[in-house]
Amino acid sequence: MTVVAQRPAETAAPVPRRRRRGTGRQRWVALAFLVPVLAYVVLFFGYPLVNNVSMSLRDYTVRSFYTGEAPFVGWENYAAVLRDPLFTEAVVNTVVFTVGSIAFQFGIGLALALFFAGRFPAGGLLRSLLLLPWLLPLVVSGAVWRWMLDQDHGVINAALRAVGLADGPTPWLTDPGWALPAVIIVNIWIGIPFNLVILHGGLRAIPQSLYEAAALDGAGPWQRFRHVTWPLLRPVTAVVLMLGLVYTIKVFDVIMVVTGGGPANATQTLTTWSYHLSFGGGFAFGEGAAVSNLLVLVATVFGLFYLRSARSSIAEAGT
Amino acid sequence: MSRVARHLVLGSVAATAMLVVTACGPSPATESSGEPAGEISELDYYADQQGSRAWQQILDTCSRETGITINRQTVPTDQMLPKILKDASSRTLPDLVFTDNPTLQQIASTGALTPLTDYGISIDGYYDSIIKAGTYEGEVYGLAPGVNGLALIYNEKLLAEAGVEPPRTWQDLATAARKLSGGGKYGLAFSAIPSEEGTWQFLPFFWSNGAELSALDSPEAVEALRFVTELVDSGAASKSVLNWNQNDVADQFVAGNAAMMINGSWNLARLDEEQGLDYGVVPVPAPEAGTDPVVALGGEVGAIPATGADRQQAAAEVLKCILAEENMLAWDTAHAYVPSRKATAEKFARDNPAMRPFVTEVETARSRTAELGERYPKVSQALATALQAALAGERSPQEALAAAQREVGRS
Repeated sequence: MTVVAQRPAETAAPVPRRRRRGTGRQRWVALAFLVPVLAYVVLFFGYPLVNNVSMSLRDYTVRSFYTGEAPFVGWENYAAVLRDPLFTEAVVNTVVFTVGSIAFQFGIGLALALFFAGRFPAGGLLRSLLLLPWLLPLVVSGAVWRWMLDQDHGVINAALRAVGLADGPTPWLTDPGWALPAVIIVNIWIGIPFNLVILHGGLRAIPQSLYEAAALDGAGPWQRFRHVTWPLLRPVTAVVLMLGLVYTIKVFDVIMVVTGGGPANATQTLTTWSYHLSFGGGFAFGEGAAVSNLLVLVATVFGLFYLRSARSSIAEAGT
Repeated sequence: MSRVARHLVLGSVAATAMLVVTACGPSPATESSGEPAGEISELDYYADQQGSRAWQQILDTCSRETGITINRQTVPTDQMLPKILKDASSRTLPDLVFTDNPTLQQIASTGALTPLTDYGISIDGYYDSIIKAGTYEGEVYGLAPGVNGLALIYNEKLLAEAGVEPPRTWQDLATAARKLSGGGKYGLAFSAIPSEEGTWQFLPFFWSNGAELSALDSPEAVEALRFVTELVDSGAASKSVLNWNQNDVADQFVAGNAAMMINGSWNLARLDEEQGLDYGVVPVPAPEAGTDPVVALGGEVGAIPATGADRQQAAAEVLKCILAEENMLAWDTAHAYVPSRKATAEKFARDNPAMRPFVTEVETARSRTAELGERYPKVSQALATALQAALAGERSPQEALAAAQREVGRS
């Protein structure tokens, strides 16, 4: 820039040329910055996704992995999946699992975030201890929960008996009616830290002066929450719920370790069912891919909803 | 400024190029010189501490004997088939694979395996059932250094205290198990999880009663499922069997929570390590006195994928060494398996009295894939689902098996 400024005497002609050359170069620079991102997206998202869609439209068998031959069958796999009596059960389980998990994860996470928003001794330490469930490998926590929920010798039933909340042992993992609530409880426990951390960050960003002003105007704790915290936390809430939804709908390892989809398919969700279709014995890889594509579709629809609401809230903030 | 921009352009292009290169990875060079390679890769699922150690010793021995370096890879059981399929599609299969015998049909059907007879590996003297399990379309693709089956393992002290004799028939088993139950303890433990493991544990009851996998809803099959369901309903076995894998079953037995368990011989090595635990072994009880129980044949078969002539040759050398009598005996002794060659097994039974019931059972054991071949996994899954539905009380044994047969017939 300074070089250009020092040469005011130059003729006008070269300037636009140089500028044109400049914008051309800028375009190249912009493109060069874009290329790594594009390459990454194409390689690690586009390619698997296209492959998965292609797999779901083919009769993909064990043999196909080696020979590469998989005849095209159109929508046959999707039709087979929709006809399967397990489809409805898996969809209902997925919805119950997702809604149940998110409602409690968010509710408890928000309550804890509000609690830890106040400063008190050892608050930071306690808050970081609460992160533990998030740091543990899911297979480890899943295996421990499986022991704890054991009907005869599990610590949870022993505790319930000790405090008089239950007479007999609760068949957590062995009764088709109890198994889904049991895996939801495990998943809530795993998801609370995530909600807590993000919501806590959101609370920190709300200016303290607003609370002081509200208090001066005579607002009680509930009114402060309802009219200051809640509206100002809304963008963060949207992010948490959106990410929570995408994370929860695809939960696989927790269910696989705790119940394996049983008893009698009572905890079979779309993800575990997709795995069962592919590797459980039928080796219907096309059908497994079809189920996972349906999941991708659902997650994408919610993702678009989120982007739209985010855009409108940005527009709102701009006016 | 333009220099900075040029650097940025070059830098990002280079980064992209690197990304592409690393993503594609180097393709393995397959050179063939006719000589056995000096190094092979091997894949197995002996992931538990005891089994892994014992298997490593056999590999070390054979590495010494053949002069071939063996790069071992171990994956959890349920990851075995996914890993093999992934490796098959990227043409990076290990040179020697030890996989659960019912999965061999699937792997062989891909065309990735080579017949063992091509390498001059003898198939003489093996139990018929293990040869059948390793045969696909008339060629033998897999041979096992050891086989196993299920038996009834009982806690001597608990049975003596209750004055119960080790059961031989279904009637005895039900009575004994009920007598041994109470106070949070159960007479019998077994595994009925919704996978191949659950089917494998149910098959001794299913087959011993005369049922066949080709007709899941036969009266014999229903009777077998009703018997197992009643064990749980009467409280002789915990409902947790729905969620216990065979390791959990062994844990329950070791902890004294179950007086008897249906489990495989490979647990004996572990039970021997427990201080103060005296156990006995009898064959899985048969429906009636005087009949032999029919259990499913278990065990891992060694197979050689097509990875290039010299590597295949080297893998065959190693496999031959593992199948040699003394190594077979060493592995089977260390891991409590039954030798897969009849003569070796008889010798083995003389030296290991605790293994005798297992050796007897293997003689009548059936290969799970003998009749159904590639279709077995689908039938097995349907049967495991029926088992779960009946034990969980969702469906009657009759309804559960009828649904399973419909499921199998649908495709």
